[in-house]
Amino acid sequence: MAIFEGLSSKLQDIVNKLKGKVRITEKDIKEVMREIRMALLEADVNYKVVKDFTNSVTEKALGSDVLESLTPGQQVIKIVYDEMTALLGGTTAKLTYSSKPPTVYMLVGLQGSGKTTSCGKIANLLRKDNKKPLMVACDIYRPAAIKQLQVVGSQLNIDVYAEENNKNAVAIAENAIKHAQRNGYDPVLIDTAGRLHINEELMQELRDMKAKVKPMEILLVVDAMTGQDAVNVAKSFSEELGIDGIILTKLDGDTRGGAALTVKTVTGKPIKFASVGEKLNDIEPFHPDRMASRILGMGDVLSLIEKAQESFDEKKALEMEQKLRSKGFDLNDFLEQMEEMQKMGPLDQLLGMIPGFDSKAMKGLSVDENRLKRIKAIIQSMTKKERSNPDIINASRKKRIASGSGTEVQDVNRLLKDFEQVNKLMKMMNKKGKRGLKGMKNMPFPF
Amino acid sequence: MGFFEKLKKGLTKTKENLIGKIDNAIKSFTKIDEDLMDELEEILISADVGVSTSMELIDNLRESVRSKKMKDPKEVANELKELMKNILLEKKYEQKPEQEKPNVILVAGVNGAGKTTSIGKISKLLTSQGKKVVIAAGDTFRAAAIDQLEIWAKRAGADFVRQREGSDPAAVVYDAIVASKARSADYLICDTAGRLHNKKNLMMELNKIYRVIKRELPQSRVETFLVIDATTGQNAVNQAEVFSEAIDVDGIILTKLDGTAKGGIIFSIYKQLNIPVKYIGVGEQIDDLKDFDEEMFVNAMFAE
Repeated sequence: MAIFEGLSSKLQDIVNKLKGKVRITEKDIKEVMREIRMALLEADVNYKVVKDFTNSVTEKALGSDVLESLTPGQQVIKIVYDEMTALLGGTTAKLTYSSKPPTVYMLVGLQGSGKTTSCGKIANLLRKDNKKPLMVACDIYRPAAIKQLQVVGSQLNIDVYAEENNKNAVAIAENAIKHAQRNGYDPVLIDTAGRLHINEELMQELRDMKAKVKPMEILLVVDAMTGQDAVNVAKSFSEELGIDGIILTKLDGDTRGGAALTVKTVTGKPIKFASVGEKLNDIEPFHPDRMASRILGMGDVLSLIEKAQESFDEKKALEMEQKLRSKGFDLNDFLEQMEEMQKMGPLDQLLGMIPGFDSKAMKGLSVDENRLKRIKAIIQSMTKKERSNPDIINASRKKRIASGSGTEVQDVNRLLKDFEQVNKLMKMMNKKGKRGLKGMKNMPFPF
Repeated sequence: MGFFEKLKKGLTKTKENLIGKIDNAIKSFTKIDEDLMDELEEILISADVGVSTSMELIDNLRESVRSKKMKDPKEVANELKELMKNILLEKKYEQKPEQEKPNVILVAGVNGAGKTTSIGKISKLLTSQGKKVVIAAGDTFRAAAIDQLEIWAKRAGADFVRQREGSDPAAVVYDAIVASKARSADYLICDTAGRLHNKKNLMMELNKIYRVIKRELPQSRVETFLVIDATTGQNAVNQAEVFSEAIDVDGIILTKLDGTAKGGIIFSIYKQLNIPVKYIGVGEQIDDLKDFDEEMFVNAMFAE
């Protein structure tokens, strides 16, 4: 289905077309640029941004070095990638802190872009850096918006400043800063009401707030699915209020996020965070290079490694490696690995980051999280003895395990077979490589 | 301000961006050539009409130019407007006949599209016609979504069925079905949590809600609406396609149409998915949602 192909797979097609060629003609490049242009437009990148992008790539690709190089295909791809990375912002941008605490951040954006959730996510992120954040509920318009932030706050155990009956958002923000100063909160995150960038009255409210609370940074929250209008939103907020950074939300959808390219180019401000899921820790610093390689179908290798590092305990890896070397891998380890993996996030998200995992082939291949749950239940229904020595599991044990875990005997059989295969694989690897498990992290997942 | 005026005002930017640009482009051309066609295609794409729909429109336009032997660029502009009108006028929301009470409305969409607000507005529309409405708080996931909807229910004068945050949404809907029957409500409107359409389990959860409704109220009219933010780009087409698989979407509620250069996506949705728009939202007030009238929309958009 044509409409289902992301930009990634489109570009991959283009890249493949070029790959075999020894020599690329001007005509080739023009044709490729036309396809890149179409692909980017379908990904909602703004029309003008696309034009600038393809022009500058064409110019560089037409340079004689490229045409005469032995692998012109790769060269063109590299230029596309480099240009896209540059367009997305070069290096990773961080939040800046004020020398005089508390540091104040204001979150602004259209209705439904994800300000309140992002506010919680960022506060949670900053707390990991040993900060004591305070969130401020300044959305006095939308029904229950204050309550929403309060619920998010209580879920995260982060304090929220709110004044239920105050109808003046600017005053609430000012009072919150005083409250933060008195009680040692730093930073202060102000959640503002969603507004249209053409709503003069509400834009004025933001300007007033900015004048009073003097935020270190104003962060514009942008829905990654936004269409061509992203250009106007970014422009208005940037020109009328002034922004310092962008938070890109809902990147866990299947949009290729052309809006990211647009807002970055139009405002010249860095995208600082990417929101990638519904849970309150589903937020990452935005990495322009990774986003570019993701768009180009090169896989988000770095993100994957980083995620694995964060959730996989080094010590456990070492233990497991030793175990593997000494006597092999049992069902206890199998379960443990699975739990580690689940900590890393939804499986389909992880798979999407692995290079060479063709996004086209991924379609229809849905990773069944429920199956993982079932496998967990099965292993947990086994005795310790059975787990460390699966060979003793006979028919009657299987029956017991199946009824204990609410599954069928076939499910138990399938698991044991899977496990056996993993074990074989592990043994093989063990013989082969000195790198062992630690070097490979938790590689062999049988799903 | 009447709704037509509001609509016209809301569409001013879309109009300026789309129709205004078309007219301007035409002015700078003295003859019909490929540059003119490219210019028109660019205008369509930058209004979110989408690459494939834009290209199809332009192809058809070329065909017309040829067959009608057009010479004047002005004719081309008018022809393009006609072609665009026809896309919208081709399909109209057909109200299924009412059956046993309650009539059910199921509302779904991605996060932040405007489901809860739309439900508040639809409820108001119905209660002001003297209908008895029960609202089911099916968004048990997002923080304070239930409270938000409850405030809307009070404003609209509708009954409200809720459970705790985190409870099974299908169970909430089931409770609301029982309540609707007991109170002989005219309408049952079910809210659901925002979900991205590529999350398989969440789409299965939505499908379960739909099945519960169909099973418990086999004799009722069930309408399923997908809420789409008019600011959304081409992803809206994916959304419509996948949501249709889960709940067989009858119509679209296009929200936030009071903004700027947006709404072009409506052409893509009509062209590629054949799902009509049922309601449009043009403001934040409780009355700012109305039945979508293709004629009125086209007139507002193409009005001189």
